[in-house]
Amino acid sequence: MTELWDAFLQAIQLIVSLDKEVVEIALRSLAISTTAVILASLVCIPIGGLIHFRNFRGKRPLINIIQTFYSVPTVCVGLFVFLFISRAGPLGGLGLLFTPAAVVMGQMVLITPVLMGLTISALSGVDKAIKDSALSSGATEFQAISTIIKEARFAVVAAFIMGFGRAISEVGAAMMLGGNIRGYTRVLTTAISLETQKGELVLALALGIILIALALIVNIIVNLALQRY
Amino acid sequence: MKKIIHCLSFVIALLILVMGVVGCRPQAETPGLGKDIAGTTAFPVVTAKERFKIATTTSLYDTGLWYYLEPMFEKKYNVEMDIVYAGTGIALEYGRRGDVHAVVVHDRAAEDKFIADGYGINRRYFAYNFFIIAGPLSDPAGIKDMPPEDAFKRLAEKGNKNPEKVKFISRGDNSGTHTKEKLIWSKAGFKYEDIQKAGPWYVEAGKGMGPCLLMANEQGAYVLADISTFLAYKGKLNLVPLVEKGEIFLNVYAAIAINPDKIPTAKLQMANNFINWLISDEIQKVIGTYGVAEYGRSLFYPTAGGGCNLPNCPTVDEYSKPVQ
Repeated sequence: MTELWDAFLQAIQLIVSLDKEVVEIALRSLAISTTAVILASLVCIPIGGLIHFRNFRGKRPLINIIQTFYSVPTVCVGLFVFLFISRAGPLGGLGLLFTPAAVVMGQMVLITPVLMGLTISALSGVDKAIKDSALSSGATEFQAISTIIKEARFAVVAAFIMGFGRAISEVGAAMMLGGNIRGYTRVLTTAISLETQKGELVLALALGIILIALALIVNIIVNLALQRY
Repeated sequence: MKKIIHCLSFVIALLILVMGVVGCRPQAETPGLGKDIAGTTAFPVVTAKERFKIATTTSLYDTGLWYYLEPMFEKKYNVEMDIVYAGTGIALEYGRRGDVHAVVVHDRAAEDKFIADGYGINRRYFAYNFFIIAGPLSDPAGIKDMPPEDAFKRLAEKGNKNPEKVKFISRGDNSGTHTKEKLIWSKAGFKYEDIQKAGPWYVEAGKGMGPCLLMANEQGAYVLADISTFLAYKGKLNLVPLVEKGEIFLNVYAAIAINPDKIPTAKLQMANNFINWLISDEIQKVIGTYGVAEYGRSLFYPTAGGGCNLPNCPTVDEYSKPVQ
């Protein structure tokens, strides 16, 4: 068990000494996953809102399907996106495979169901009367939706944080789509996987601790912002 | 509404800040911000250099050889080299799909097919080493210094009798090492399908070379490994090399360019530079001395100079004639 302590010490040492490569990898992780979660949120939260507000045939099954995809294995998402963006695939011409953009795409696909599903759940928690009164006082549907999203903002932000957490902690898609190229697509999780493979267990665990620390910082920032607004 | 805009602009500012930091890679000079080459503009990694992608076998990656060679090649040809590591099977698949510009592999039969199918061109051999069977010092199956085929026979026999004591870890991942293992089983008179079903002593790990060595170490099992990865991991292992001699153990590494006739996006010129660079005197010397300081002996033998003189060694043309 001394290894756990060693890992903790090494993590602190890596953070304090600002190890160039580790800092670079950590910031890359942050940039990729933040981009993925923001881009995905811009699409998924409004769509989640629409699904919640509109009544249509097959709404229940659709929500069930979305929730089922919470459990999609990250490697399968990686494989799915891989087949699209590999040179031989339909989007092959863009040459995206083994670039950071590919990892962003994979993570976006991965967290889409979580963001949509949790948005729907969040809005379901808001009193129906708010929507009705908004609509009756002459608001457009879009205004009504944004009123309610505002009302449910804590729960929606929880969806955002959940999406970020799933994105920054996944390894399957990042490995498959980014290729763990040093200095280009290596992120914390793929670095952890590589160091584990190399038998550098303490270093791998230290990188894991750094990842958690990073997530903590993001959560604090998001929550502070939420309290201000 | 104003508040939302404030919040958004805060997030965007944060994002730009973070990306700016990531974009500035310490090693790379950064002329022409944003003048990225087509195809990678979707993400602001700042580089004006051409990108050259190779897929390399895990055994070469795990020894750290590419960490050493990569900056030398990048500097000489002013190129960003992206190295993806994968077993020979997947590496060739990446090549077939046009996702990389060159492959570095070690499975002659698979390479021949890759070239015959028109995907690969300009193969040159640049390094070789030998496989070993590593196992616990106590050697419960008693295979020390046997010929490889006989050692495998003995492992199957003892494994079936006493699977608690005698285990064999197989890569099980269609890598070059896995292909070699199958070949040895067939030379030893077994059908591989039978071995796969033989019982609990035969463990298909489905992992790279390094992880398999670590796994064998944990379980006190036998494992087929290339000597380079074994030496690179030796500090973490209690395993010892038990069988080291045998023609069948020869392991030759080849670099192959992707053929632009089949894959229009191939970068034949840079791939040729890469292959010719690998077989150049300068780099052959580097390969021949890599690891001496750390492990007391070199991890690979360079093909130059014709030191390899077993029947399956590459011919002079196959390792020294420049490609074009």
